[in-house]
Amino acid sequence: MRQGRGSLVAHAPTPFRGSAAAAGDPAGPAPSDRRTVLDADDIARALTRIAHEVIERTKGAGDVVLLGIPTRGVDLARRLADRIAAVQSTDVPVGSLDVTMYRDDLRMRGVRPLAETDLPASGVDGRTVVLVDDVLFSGRTVRAALDALNDLGRPRAVQLAVLVDRGHRELPIRADYVGKNLPTSLRETVSVLLDEHDGRDAVLLGPADDATGGDA
Amino acid sequence: MKHLLSAGDLTRDEAELVLDTAEELARVADRPIKKLPTLRGRTVVNLFFEDSTRTRTSFEVAAKRLSADVITFSAKGSSVSKGESLKDTALTLEAMGADGVICRHSASGAPHRLAQWVHGAVVNAGDGTHEHPTQALLDAYTMRSRLGRVEGLNVAIVGDVLHSRVARSNVLLLHTLGAQVTLVAPPTLLPVGVDAWPAEVSYDLDDVLPKSDVVMMLRVQRERMHAAYFPTTREYSRRYGLDAPRMAALPDDAIVMHPGPMNRGVEIAAEVADSVRSTIVEQVANGVSVRMAVLYLLLGGTE
Repeated sequence: MRQGRGSLVAHAPTPFRGSAAAAGDPAGPAPSDRRTVLDADDIARALTRIAHEVIERTKGAGDVVLLGIPTRGVDLARRLADRIAAVQSTDVPVGSLDVTMYRDDLRMRGVRPLAETDLPASGVDGRTVVLVDDVLFSGRTVRAALDALNDLGRPRAVQLAVLVDRGHRELPIRADYVGKNLPTSLRETVSVLLDEHDGRDAVLLGPADDATGGDA
Repeated sequence: MKHLLSAGDLTRDEAELVLDTAEELARVADRPIKKLPTLRGRTVVNLFFEDSTRTRTSFEVAAKRLSADVITFSAKGSSVSKGESLKDTALTLEAMGADGVICRHSASGAPHRLAQWVHGAVVNAGDGTHEHPTQALLDAYTMRSRLGRVEGLNVAIVGDVLHSRVARSNVLLLHTLGAQVTLVAPPTLLPVGVDAWPAEVSYDLDDVLPKSDVVMMLRVQRERMHAAYFPTTREYSRRYGLDAPRMAALPDDAIVMHPGPMNRGVEIAAEVADSVRSTIVEQVANGVSVRMAVLYLLLGGTE
């Protein structure tokens, strides 16, 4: 996600989506307040398992398209594609799907810079789309992603893969593939750090950060 | 920022945010469903006191692609022709609940006044000979997409600078974005106080062309000319028009821009306007993306 935002953004600019809010954010809680719930090896094992589950559930992943939700969902989608390719020797197309323009909280939380939407050349029509995100929380991001997808084509089926499911759903949405179910309180924040953006892999659980309520 | 009244009000970060946003929104034009739900339920009023096809349509398409309701209000056929003042028109729109007002007016400063009277966001779509900020943004966007950057470019703005709101907005924005601007015009078509603008001034087009990455030709605005600013059109065209031999003097990757509408054969020769260097049609397409970005950033987050 780009950071170049100024006062043209009418309301106080909201940082990243709640899931990843504290990641690398100097205003977030100090690292000492945050507890590591998944380390790099745990994340690697979870992704390997999800990759196998995707292959199993889609009978070889032949018609699968992985669409990551920016920012960290895209990185996770790429990693899943690598793992699927290693097992199945099929190249799974990877894309990104920005849901900003479809969010239901723009009016409450102000506009934010857009991230890239980049569909693979194969498109999504008739394919099994697996949406990939880092944290599943209220379900509103996934709702927005389903709406966005609807405007881009007609997949045969849509599935959802997340690294962490932290509960507190506000919509009837569930994940098909979950790296880790993490019971949390609403006051806590879940931060996913990935090597591509944060220099290391970890999932941290920290105390509430007032700037972000979390909405993933 | 609540309104977009002057290109000079934008900080570099804000201007780049608009251009980055426009770049993502440009992809909507390639989709089967060219619409986003973002401004559903908002009302955008196109308030045009001066004739315009391109800008008005461009704003209308932009607002509709974001699912806003668009009301077009032109001075002809409205209460304005019966003598209603700008303020009363503004209050009427206010009472109808306009979330955004896009204003074009022949009087410089009209959108600034309007912004004091209405609660919604006001976008200046051209006020007299003063400013046209979305045109400057779409020009910067076009330069970025063709040449990969704006910073460090040498941009020549040629022609009727005196009457051009496009020139003023471009000078301000391009300066903010780090380009070097040279204004090229006969002395009679340069405004008073141009030496205070962040731009060089030259009277000699042939001298400036070889070192320009971008040449922006301006229309000779006869409707605003109430005096003799140059002897004949033919002489103007000879000295300040861009024809094929002059275009050949440009560096290899330089582009030719024109905000439209063009007077072919006056400031720009037909073969130049239709050449591969010309971005004139692209500018129109880019205008929709840039205006979508402006509307999203101004209206997307408001209650």
